[in-house]
Amino acid sequence: MLTTLLTRIKQKHRTYPFPDKKPLLPERFRGLPDADCSKCDSGCDECVKACPVNALSKKENQELLIDLGRCLFCLDCTEACPRGAIHFSNIYSLSSAHRKDLIWSNTGPFKPKAVLDKKRRKLFQRSLKLRQVSAGGCNACEADINVLNTPFFDLSRFGIQFVASPRHADGILITGPVTQNMHDALIKTYEAVPDPKIVIALGACAISGGLYSDHAEATGIPSSIPVDLYIPGCPPHPFTILDGLLHLLGIKPNEDKRD
Amino acid sequence: MNTFEQCMIQNSQPVPLERIPCLDSAVFRNRIIRKTENHERIVSFFGNKNTAGQIVLFAVMTEKDGLSVTSTKPGDTFESLTPSCPQFHWFERELAETWSLNIINHSWMKPLRFCSPLSNKTDVQAVHPIGEADYFQVEGQEIHEVAVGPVHAGIIEPGHFRFQCFGENVLHLEISLGYQHRGVEKALLNGPDKKTLHYMETVCGDSSIAHGTAYCQLMEGLNHCFPSARAQMLRGIMLELERVANHVGDLGAMANDVGYLPTASYCGRLRGEFLNMTAFICGNRFGRSMLCPGGIRFDIDPNGIEKLFSWISKVYEDTQAAVELLWNSPSVLARFEGTGTLSLKTVRELGIVGVAARACGLEEDVRSNYPSGINRFVHIPVSTWNTGDVFARGFVRWLEIQRSVSFIKEQIQHLVEGPIIKRQVPLQADQFIVSLVEGFRGEIVHAAVTDHQGRFKTYKITDPSFHNWFGLAYAMRNQEISDFPLCNKSFNLSYCGHDL
Ligand code: SF4
Repeated sequence: MLTTLLTRIKQKHRTYPFPDKKPLLPERFRGLPDADCSKCDSGCDECVKACPVNALSKKENQELLIDLGRCLFCLDCTEACPRGAIHFSNIYSLSSAHRKDLIWSNTGPFKPKAVLDKKRRKLFQRSLKLRQVSAGGCNACEADINVLNTPFFDLSRFGIQFVASPRHADGILITGPVTQNMHDALIKTYEAVPDPKIVIALGACAISGGLYSDHAEATGIPSSIPVDLYIPGCPPHPFTILDGLLHLLGIKPNEDKRD
Repeated sequence: MNTFEQCMIQNSQPVPLERIPCLDSAVFRNRIIRKTENHERIVSFFGNKNTAGQIVLFAVMTEKDGLSVTSTKPGDTFESLTPSCPQFHWFERELAETWSLNIINHSWMKPLRFCSPLSNKTDVQAVHPIGEADYFQVEGQEIHEVAVGPVHAGIIEPGHFRFQCFGENVLHLEISLGYQHRGVEKALLNGPDKKTLHYMETVCGDSSIAHGTAYCQLMEGLNHCFPSARAQMLRGIMLELERVANHVGDLGAMANDVGYLPTASYCGRLRGEFLNMTAFICGNRFGRSMLCPGGIRFDIDPNGIEKLFSWISKVYEDTQAAVELLWNSPSVLARFEGTGTLSLKTVRELGIVGVAARACGLEEDVRSNYPSGINRFVHIPVSTWNTGDVFARGFVRWLEIQRSVSFIKEQIQHLVEGPIIKRQVPLQADQFIVSLVEGFRGEIVHAAVTDHQGRFKTYKITDPSFHNWFGLAYAMRNQEISDFPLCNKSFNLSYCGHDL
């Protein structure tokens, strides 16, 4: 008993004061892209060719587009670029309510908005119960969602919890490219959640199919399931996930999206 | 054993395809049955089509001093090995499904992943809709059936479980998977290409480094461009970090399932610390983008080494304190001991690998039995226990955490200088190769056959979960159904690694 108590004292209080304090991210963390295409040779498309998921496209006037809904943050483009023009910054706040806002461009600002409509925000801001549906991914997204329940992130202090039944849930959180074999189960789970409800697509697979987008075995989230929040990454960092959820509920204002 | 009956192979060293003997099916079968009687085990059993369009089956087996491979051309039908060697049960169901091979006298043939044959790339509708199978059923008074999944109660992957219960007692558990099937092996054919490495890193997300290493080793074997000593040491460090993170997480999850919350919450955080160390080296908590054929993509400088060393020392102290609480709490031990026991005999018959096998005293560990990379030079002792229950699976994990941490601390201080990456050249044509890595769950096997242009004609991935799911079903016999979560966590098997 004494050892148990002593261990408790030694393990200390560990909850990180996010969002009041900026998150601790590894130095080599790969977040929002950053490219200086004035360095590019004309006609060069090495980065476009190197990307395993065709996330990059080049337009005239040295405009480079990267679809963060597809991107694996894998650095293949960075390495392929002969001029070292592409980098990934430590900006971790990437979530968006609109799929098209996930397309980053080197010419314009990246300002995705992620906030619920007033009615649902009012309903869910102080208590949100989610049912997670894993549908064909690699289990890394699931692992980093689970991490939010550890004392370090302590998700429940925001009133957000994962529940065992869709009937107890206010929404679903989908991971994976939605395999043919999970298609029906996903629809049934969605339908079992009472209205009004929210849907979150987490990770490159759920957003765009990721690596599996051209597989006949992966069907993607059916159009009958409207998505309220996209959280990009492969897998997204736990802080990216938490940040997305807090924006959605309006707990963290969208203005500091790029802090 | 007649040398013409088999070809000896080494981990990650190719042999020309023509050197692999092709036996008559009856001889092939007898040889395998004899070997399993002598406690050898199937490592991988898979099919391929030769240039004449005939199906060829390859069986890779353990040997006293290495690995062996033989093959056979079964024609349209193959007489099942499962009745004599239960460890072939899932392999044969897989063969029937992926090659439409008629396997006769199998104990209970049914779909494994509910997927279409490998040759079918566009119309992938499976012959059997997912989950619709002829499940084993117990009949009689007071027997009831409990069905769970595919969508489970926690944040976990999908799978379907059917328990046949008599009161609280489980008479039998049937596990039906395939929900995560996304066509990885089909997509690997004719590779490697720019997507291949990324498929490997996502075969099973919590084992990115292990599966990635298996692939890199295989590539390097096929083109003879081996990484430098420094790269191999750093790969070894990453692999052990992955093991420690997962083992710590598993011990926390097991504590959670018996309601012992202190260890559950400490381990939850500590697992994160180990993942953060991985991210410290390569920017991603799961080790994505760390590896590539020919070496690694991130180096570590002297300051980084110093930081990592003191970081891991500190976190290890906390881990030790958190885990040892388990072994000193009678209420935890009462739930761990004698629960979900597998006997040595069952483990051998089912061909169980990894932690679950070592928990029965079997010295099965790729790192010492078929070492590759840094493990050829630095030996990590095999950790075993002999009770085969939940306790043993937990305790073996703890032993491995200790040994992996001391390996990391030692290697990180003695990193030799050198480049971290070597340029790669095209792969050799018409080769057969098997690459093994001890992932945190157990033996990961990647096998490939190259065509005459050096492209993958076959790429077979065998995750340890493929061997072990049946072991979990077996461990549940005569257990209370309420012990299922605990037994399940003590195995912690992968759905995506199995379903591919
Ligand atoms: S980092 Fe993203 S955009 Fe660049 S190659 Fe990888 S997946 Fe493509």
